Amino acid sequence: MLELRNITKRFGQVVANDKINIVVKPGTIHAIVGENGAGKSTAMRIAYGFYKADEGEILVDGHVHNIETPHDAIALGIGMVHQHFMLVDRMTVAENIVLGAEPGSGIALDLAKASVEIRRLSEEFKLAVNPGAVIERLSVGQQQRVELMKALYRHARLLILDEPTAVLTPQEVEEFFSILRRMREQGKTIVIISHKLTEVLAISDEVTVMRDGRVVGRLQTKETNAAELARLMVGREVLLRVEKTPAKLGSAQLSVRNLSVTVRGGAKPVKDVSFEVRKGEILGIAGVEGNGQTELMEALAGLLSPSQLSGQIRIEDRDITQEGARLRRELGIAHIPEDRHRRGLLLEFDLAENSILGVHYRPPIVAYAGTFLDNGAIRRRADEIIEGFDVRPANPDLPARALSGGNQQKLIIGREFKVDPKLLLVSQPTRGVDIGAIEFIHRKLVGLRDSGCAVLLVSAELEEVTSLSDRLLIIHEGRIVGEVDPKVATIAEIGLLMTRGH
Amino acid sequence: MSLFRELLFPFIAVVAAFTIGGILILIIGDNPLHAYGLLFGSAFSWPVGIGYTLFYATPLIFTGLAVLVAFRCGLLNIGAEGQLYIAAFATAWVGITFTNISSWLLIPLCFIAAILGGGIWGAIPGVLKAKFGSHEVINTIMLNFIAVALLSYFTQYHYKTPGDPIMQTVPIGQEAHIARLGRFIPGLPEFIPLNVAFVLALICCGLVYLFLWRTKWGYELRATGTNPSAAEYGGISVPKQIIMAMTISGALAGMVGINEVLGYRYRYYDGFSDNYGFTGIAVALLQRGGIPVDAFTEHVTKDIVQVLQGTIILFVAAEAFFHGPFAKFGLLKRSTV
Ligand SMILES: Nc1ncnc2c1ncn2[C@@H]1O[C@H](COP(=O)(O)OP(=O)(O)O)[C@@H](O)[C@H]1O
Ligand SMILES: [Mg+2]
Repeated sequence: MLELRNITKRFGQVVANDKINIVVKPGTIHAIVGENGAGKSTAMRIAYGFYKADEGEILVDGHVHNIETPHDAIALGIGMVHQHFMLVDRMTVAENIVLGAEPGSGIALDLAKASVEIRRLSEEFKLAVNPGAVIERLSVGQQQRVELMKALYRHARLLILDEPTAVLTPQEVEEFFSILRRMREQGKTIVIISHKLTEVLAISDEVTVMRDGRVVGRLQTKETNAAELARLMVGREVLLRVEKTPAKLGSAQLSVRNLSVTVRGGAKPVKDVSFEVRKGEILGIAGVEGNGQTELMEALAGLLSPSQLSGQIRIEDRDITQEGARLRRELGIAHIPEDRHRRGLLLEFDLAENSILGVHYRPPIVAYAGTFLDNGAIRRRADEIIEGFDVRPANPDLPARALSGGNQQKLIIGREFKVDPKLLLVSQPTRGVDIGAIEFIHRKLVGLRDSGCAVLLVSAELEEVTSLSDRLLIIHEGRIVGEVDPKVATIAEIGLLMTRGH
Repeated sequence: MSLFRELLFPFIAVVAAFTIGGILILIIGDNPLHAYGLLFGSAFSWPVGIGYTLFYATPLIFTGLAVLVAFRCGLLNIGAEGQLYIAAFATAWVGITFTNISSWLLIPLCFIAAILGGGIWGAIPGVLKAKFGSHEVINTIMLNFIAVALLSYFTQYHYKTPGDPIMQTVPIGQEAHIARLGRFIPGLPEFIPLNVAFVLALICCGLVYLFLWRTKWGYELRATGTNPSAAEYGGISVPKQIIMAMTISGALAGMVGINEVLGYRYRYYDGFSDNYGFTGIAVALLQRGGIPVDAFTEHVTKDIVQVLQGTIILFVAAEAFFHGPFAKFGLLKRSTV
């Protein structure tokens, strides 16, 4: 169906694709895996006419084609759903789908006809897309299906999906995969870019592995496994399991008593939650995203106004319910937030300045007259974090924006570890992070716990929370609905508690 | 490298402005080289041209710094105009009221009055934003109107010399006058109103730089400006930063009053500001590169100068909308694909 032959693409000095060959057979789901920056998106954007290759050729249905623009690709039956959706928030589904599909024709006329066609396609592939809905009201999962619909509406026979599951909850992923399987049954060909191995193994027929701009493996999914794929992606053996010794428990570091959070409008995302985190343990909280985890962590980190809280939060013997984020930090609470762009980083600031956020106002960062920043101390701290947590590129003068997601995450983790926390609040520590770095982050978290720190972990990755946690709480609609022993509980059991609440 | 890039855009803007201005002059039927010769000749001729150029640049340095500090905290201070009026009146009031004390005491008092006056007038929209979330642009604009109306009232009914047809207060006492630079610089005549406030403006440039880039407060202010959520996460009080930034911004704008009242007219003159507060916004954009390029654009034939200014601002603003502090206001957000 689609073949890339000896495609090379350079961005300045960077060789994003180095003579790569990819063959996608018709009627299959073909996965392209590789760490961030391996060149997956670039390769597929070339196939879609978004970039022009420096060298090499593209074959569609066995013939060489000159794909100059996405229009050419669409004409050949190639559709692409980008990593970031390209939808107009204020418009309806139908308007978004028609937008740009049939230039020159009157929109009013098209919409009625389009809606009929959208309904038909929605029926055929069970997408449950309502043509009249306004985009901004839709969930991320629904928006993604609108993107799929956009491609189907333009008669795509080959759909390229760039990391489609990155934004989905585990439940949505399941649904999404059944849609993909249905599409394959109807004769569509699908290319799915991912770096989540379990998903790749679950959905694909064939896999192409990329590393550093090269294709390093072409495999039949049936004949491979996660360990082999990980080794090919990273270029060395990768430990996929978390290795840890039994927890050496100390006294309670954090005690939460009957904590409720009320947000503006009166909703209560966290309801009457009580638990303890002891020194030397990782307490996990599993739950479908949006069940109060975000608000719970923000409440503990001191990022909500005390008027929104009821109940009690204690750190050792001290009641900190009324205290702000600064004092809580001073008491030894570190926080790795779930949204690193919104909360965790000053994207325009350089790495050095980011490495002092939270300790920027006290010695040794502030050295002269309690006022002036000591650039030497800042730089030393940044260098230590960059080196200790393998942040790349190792240049403290770069703006945080310039780093990949995984390296941004390592910078944040390094910064929060640097304060020798007594309690670490950590949400989604490995979201959007490469396999090699995931292994590294997991080892660091376990190491911190072994040094006696209390760790509270929230993650949407079930495998991550179960393998890291010493104890596991399940949260559902803002309530703790159960505690399980992560060593014996099955994913199915936990999944049931997460979705049903009992 | 990055400094080069920073300076490049203001430079291109200025060159482009002069090119476009030159074409316009050609269309009018004049010789652009001759016109520019006159422009530079008069703006940069020693001592009168340079003296006046620097004098006219002084208020713009203050207001430019004022807008810049607010920008860095993610705030658009459209109210420098109102702040500098309040400050000028406050300093004049001190100069009028306390005439029998020595200069050593009175001048610092007058300075404090200007700084406090501007600072308080700037703090009001800061507090409103911090406490109630009401937008600073609307509040600063409204406070401009209030300041102008209020001061016209006071000037007209309480502080005017009876019978004076001009809307101005009685003069301040001799003791409150600050020195003109002609006193210290040989060859610079003392009739040129360039005064100590200009030196103060230069000092403020250095202080603002130190404050923003070398102190913990500057760090907190800038952090709040680029990402308030992350600042909050880092234990920074966002409301406090907003109030502080607006207060400092207002205080800087207020120092225009020192130049105007203590160094130039020796009284409060109603409506004295030639839109300094608004031009300050443009200056702040140019000062991203660290150079007050506007210095020469005053004191010559207004029309063509305004064309040049406008073009410079357009070019610099175009860039600033993408990268600069303005980008946060969502005027032209670049998508990050
Ligand atoms: N538009 C671009 N300009 C410059 N460099 C780019 C651009 N797009 C990608 N790159 C670089 O090319 C390499 C491959 O990127 P990409 O194809 O996005 O990787 P992946 O999708 O596998 O994470 C990276 O080093 C990236 O920084
Ligand atoms: Mg990619």
